[in-house]
Amino acid sequence: MILDAPLTARVAGIDPLSPTLKRVRFVPERGRFPTAAPGAHILVTLRGPERIWKNAYSLVTPPEQRDSYAIIVRRVEASRGGSHFLHDHLKPGDPVEIGPPTSLFPIASLARRHILIGGGIGLTPFLSYLPVLRARGAAFELHQYCTDDESEVFAGLLAEAGGMAMIHGRTNRRSVAGILADQPLGTHVYTCGPERLMAAVEAAAFAAGWPSGAIHKESFGSAEGGAPFTVTLARSGRTVPVSESQSLLEALETAGVEAPCLCRGGACGVCLTRVIDGAIEHRDHVLTEEERAGGRLIATCVSRARSDALVLDL
Amino acid sequence: MNIQFRKDERFRESFSYVNSDAGVLRFPFPFGEDRYMYSVNIEPHTRGGPNPAFAHAFDIDEHYVAECRERALVLADDPGRCQVLPHMMPAQWDTLELLMESFAADYPEHFSLEKNGDTWRWINRPLGIEQTFVFGRPETLPCPPFEYITRQAQGDFTLQDQRDDNLFVDGGMVTTQADWSLDFDIGMSFHEWHGPVPLAHDIGVFDRALRFLLRLQYGHPVRRLNWTMTINPRLDTSPENYPDWGPDRTTVTPDNVSEKVHLRVELQTLFRLPRSNAILFGIRCYLLSLKDIERVEKWRKRLNRVLTTLPPELVEYKGLTRYRDTVLAHLAPRDDGAPLSSGIQPDQTTLPPSALSNQR
Repeated sequence: MILDAPLTARVAGIDPLSPTLKRVRFVPERGRFPTAAPGAHILVTLRGPERIWKNAYSLVTPPEQRDSYAIIVRRVEASRGGSHFLHDHLKPGDPVEIGPPTSLFPIASLARRHILIGGGIGLTPFLSYLPVLRARGAAFELHQYCTDDESEVFAGLLAEAGGMAMIHGRTNRRSVAGILADQPLGTHVYTCGPERLMAAVEAAAFAAGWPSGAIHKESFGSAEGGAPFTVTLARSGRTVPVSESQSLLEALETAGVEAPCLCRGGACGVCLTRVIDGAIEHRDHVLTEEERAGGRLIATCVSRARSDALVLDL
Repeated sequence: MNIQFRKDERFRESFSYVNSDAGVLRFPFPFGEDRYMYSVNIEPHTRGGPNPAFAHAFDIDEHYVAECRERALVLADDPGRCQVLPHMMPAQWDTLELLMESFAADYPEHFSLEKNGDTWRWINRPLGIEQTFVFGRPETLPCPPFEYITRQAQGDFTLQDQRDDNLFVDGGMVTTQADWSLDFDIGMSFHEWHGPVPLAHDIGVFDRALRFLLRLQYGHPVRRLNWTMTINPRLDTSPENYPDWGPDRTTVTPDNVSEKVHLRVELQTLFRLPRSNAILFGIRCYLLSLKDIERVEKWRKRLNRVLTTLPPELVEYKGLTRYRDTVLAHLAPRDDGAPLSSGIQPDQTTLPPSALSNQR
């Protein structure tokens, strides 16, 4: 499957699950969606009247479901506004652009037993895990931590998981350390939720002697964007803005600058460009420690500025 | 596009192998410059690019039917050429889905896939196969899903599991290989199975390639070209069968060099698979005789320059030592040293007749 353009889709339905939670279902404009990994997330482009949001959401639909994708979104007061737009303005029939489903939270192939620990809305990736684990006949248990008033909502979403799902409200909750104690060798733990919960799971697993390869934390881990900056091309004197959702290379290409590139993932070194001025945030796999410290070369496909501006020898 | 398949080709013993003119011109010539050295020459596997072999997710050409038959012959002699470790069953179904959907979308005149829920009907017209099965139920196929679909594809495939920040070659269908053994390598980590490659480790190629591949994303496959040379149009140059083909290297003479020596190119593609998070590695092999390479002016001159300047470690590792001088003695008089365009494209759209190119 080669996905070289965003998936075009429209909103098929929006179900309110609670005062702050909505499930949004998307259907493809043409054909079927690609098979999504269990635990995959998608980047949804939301076009408001004044600005555009690109937000990542876990899919809650299983891999075999390709006629529609669904996400669950919490309305966050402190959000950048994407969740407000989605809750208050998005309606059935609206067109949306969806990036290919990306997986940074896969099910471990050699795990003998899986412990899934969710916190609040962090339950979402596990909703796509559950049908897969059941179909594989895998040994697993799911623990969902949440507030008492939301335990009913999450219990409803987990109803099909059978007796393997346990909801832990504010009162009468089991400790993470208690869950991880006495698990058999070969058990893997997966956690998604507030940073404090994920850190507690990791600490408890390490304390119980688990190997790091058996501990999996969800992160959308998008190293692609970052703070916006400008880049000045010394040879032509042109200045090109790099937005928060754009790579330096993409900004150069958008501006019509002939910039060398090959792998577009920071591995081949073809795009390395001389930096005349400015501080670099290195994200490539090519430069040595000395070269990084020297600060004279940048891999335009992945690395960014740590300062407001860079001057390149282009 | 209706491909005319050459059904009577043989890649062993009496050998019968021909490329049409179009087949010669679409050969993925691997040298974009006059010198060759290892690098992380990975690029996005997007449709298009400088060669028609890049136009589809998986390239099928006029040798398809004959190569599938050759694969069946190899497997009949040695079933161990296809092995998949037990934890890779989700990756087996991922592979079957990816290949069937790609073939049916890219070559609708030759392949069809109909789905009714989990019940799939697969039609492969060139091989005369019709199969109804239930996706996810191995017992509804005549053999396990990875073997089933890779028996119907050109080129070798391996499955890499990703864990502990490394890749492990935990399965494969390997019958058209350039002297490596799945049976020996299965289960190895990335640096282990690349152990024998000279020079590249020292310049960090494998460290960088591994870090890049660990981040390979679904929907964004990548590709690279690799190459070696093979005497006679033989696909199965495996360590297991070394006695059958190793001695061929001693048979090259000035009279037969242009017919016997083939440039062997691998179009390597890497796809992230969804259910398993494994990586499918496709190693699609193309063979072109020196005689046909000579018909493309740029390629014959460039091959001469690459072989002249190839580091001795690579000459040895690629097994060219015994016959490289014979090849160079043949090519050198056909290279006037004029500058060549960079890139792999042939720079011509027609070929001189094969016979003419043999006149000095």
